[in-house]
Amino acid sequence: MSAAPHAGQAAQPATFAFDAANLERARAIIARYPAGRQASAVLPLLDIAQRQAGNWLPRAAMDYVAGMLDMAPIRVYEVATFYSMFNLQPVGAWFFQICTTTPCWLRGSDKVVEACQRKLGIGIGETTADGKFTLKEVECLGACVNAPIIQVNDDFYEDLDGPSTEKLIDELAAGRVLPRGSAIGRQKSAPEGGPQVLKAMPPRYEWTLEPPPAPPAGSDD
Amino acid sequence: MLQDKDRIFTNLYGLQGPDLRNAMGRGDWDRTKDLIARGRDWIVAQVKDSGLRGRGGAGFPTGMKWSFMPKANPDGRPSYLVVNADESEPGTCKDREILRHDPHKLVEGCLLAGVGMGARAGYIYIRGEFYNEASSIQRAIDEAYEAGLVGRNACGSGYDFDLYLHRGAGAYICGEETALLESLEGRKGQPRLKPPFPAACGLYGCPTTINNVETIAVVPTILRRGASWFSGFGRPKNAGTKLFCISGHVNRPCNVEEEMSIPLRELIERHAGGVRGGWDNLLGIIPGGSSVPVLPHSICDTVLMDFDALREVRSGLGTAAVIVMDKSTDIVKAIARLSRFYMHESCGQCTPCREGTGWMWRVMTRMVEGRAELDEIDTLEDVTRQVEGHTICALGDAAAWPIQGLIRHFRPELEKRIKDYKQRAGRTALAAE
Repeated sequence: MSAAPHAGQAAQPATFAFDAANLERARAIIARYPAGRQASAVLPLLDIAQRQAGNWLPRAAMDYVAGMLDMAPIRVYEVATFYSMFNLQPVGAWFFQICTTTPCWLRGSDKVVEACQRKLGIGIGETTADGKFTLKEVECLGACVNAPIIQVNDDFYEDLDGPSTEKLIDELAAGRVLPRGSAIGRQKSAPEGGPQVLKAMPPRYEWTLEPPPAPPAGSDD
Repeated sequence: MLQDKDRIFTNLYGLQGPDLRNAMGRGDWDRTKDLIARGRDWIVAQVKDSGLRGRGGAGFPTGMKWSFMPKANPDGRPSYLVVNADESEPGTCKDREILRHDPHKLVEGCLLAGVGMGARAGYIYIRGEFYNEASSIQRAIDEAYEAGLVGRNACGSGYDFDLYLHRGAGAYICGEETALLESLEGRKGQPRLKPPFPAACGLYGCPTTINNVETIAVVPTILRRGASWFSGFGRPKNAGTKLFCISGHVNRPCNVEEEMSIPLRELIERHAGGVRGGWDNLLGIIPGGSSVPVLPHSICDTVLMDFDALREVRSGLGTAAVIVMDKSTDIVKAIARLSRFYMHESCGQCTPCREGTGWMWRVMTRMVEGRAELDEIDTLEDVTRQVEGHTICALGDAAAWPIQGLIRHFRPELEKRIKDYKQRAGRTALAAE
């Protein structure tokens, strides 16, 4: 259960509406679900709303989505407060979600957290004064063999340590985005130094389908 | 060791593109129409004979699960396939590789599984954090539609099957199948009471089967190469090949596909470069994702990686996510961090879990320091038993088991910390006099 901090009334925009491109996206998503089941689209629509609003979800956006999906606003609020990816207050342009669950912790996520805090001069849950960076500690991101990991906005940065974390921040501060993935040049989730198996694509297997068994004697069909 | 020619996930490391042309080059979508033409009963029989057990953690026989789906729908309710791609169990990162590097194996598997259970539509529920992975699977779905492989008259078979992607938004509990359905219907992810089981009343109140990504993605290869090919790997009742995730204190963490029932030690030494500092430097291993109890060095020496062998040593294969800890590890802290995970991820519906996970984490935090009484170890153990089995879903059990494993195998460490703490506190008290 997340108990995310909410933005105060003063920070809330008065109105919200999808722009034309997002309206089209939203309609395409609603069409994925059977008629009358449009509430299924609430998570994807809140995600679109959050992206349009600048990576956070104002109250007006929740109300807008509720109206679009014919849901009671409270049903949308309870969804928005339940799922950890909805930011109920503004976050920095670069939103750092640092995984510290056991597999990342075993590989040194404490050093990654330290590097972020030292470099940015802020603590977990805080945003830099210039509004560029926000730090958040999150639970398992699901890339454990490439631990430790930070998710920056939509991208995973993997195999990090203190220095590579500092470099990531330096580059972002200078307006350069490092390519996502392994910081030590690993081929995805293959072992460091290159795959030990599947070094070459194996030839395609041959296969045949046995003919269907003959119908039992005396059967008409 | 599993040979390359027997691997299902030949693009595990993403050396080739995930696109349709490359996927077809690797053998996907090859005469799928012929497989569909053999019919629903044949598909289910093949999957049953292959011995495939669910790859999401519970290990339920897949073919049997499919056979629970109704043969006819006299009341007009459609049947649904739902794929669980909400991979969030700490240590587990295998489905991610399928989603981003071999998505067509999953898309084709959805169609064939859909035929097997009589479903006309499927939803793939992927965790929200997997943004790039979601893009990859969406591209594969789009390609399959354009090529006529899914949708109306899929693969020219006469069978109609629609497939949709649905992104979650950050909640471990949505990996529980009924919480996933709640989430897919647009609500908080809080598990449903069973019965009714999803095969009778699932998504939108319709017959539904929920399967893990890996379970569905291996189906096309099983149907082509035959049930006996697949069941030829691993020990009886533990058939097949399996993706293993090896993380933590090994020299080269990695994902790898191996034969089921491979010895744990061989798996680590052959593929992950061994334990950091050598096998003798091993402290313990969590063999199947954070929910299963930790194993001490002595058991790791000989245990096999399959459902039954790990059950015999009172742990589990779970998702086959192997978390290795060497002797430098503060084992109490490692487990306490998992307690915090479960506290954070409890959906709050059942009292024993909502209150118990927080209580267990607070006591575990004191145990890390040793700031506790010796008899509190038994109290902690007792509380885990009060949570276990007393909640709607298995998250309560999953929160209890790591602590039970710790107490079972590392009790002397817990006792030592408490004694050391008391000694330090005593000295401080004396010095203050």
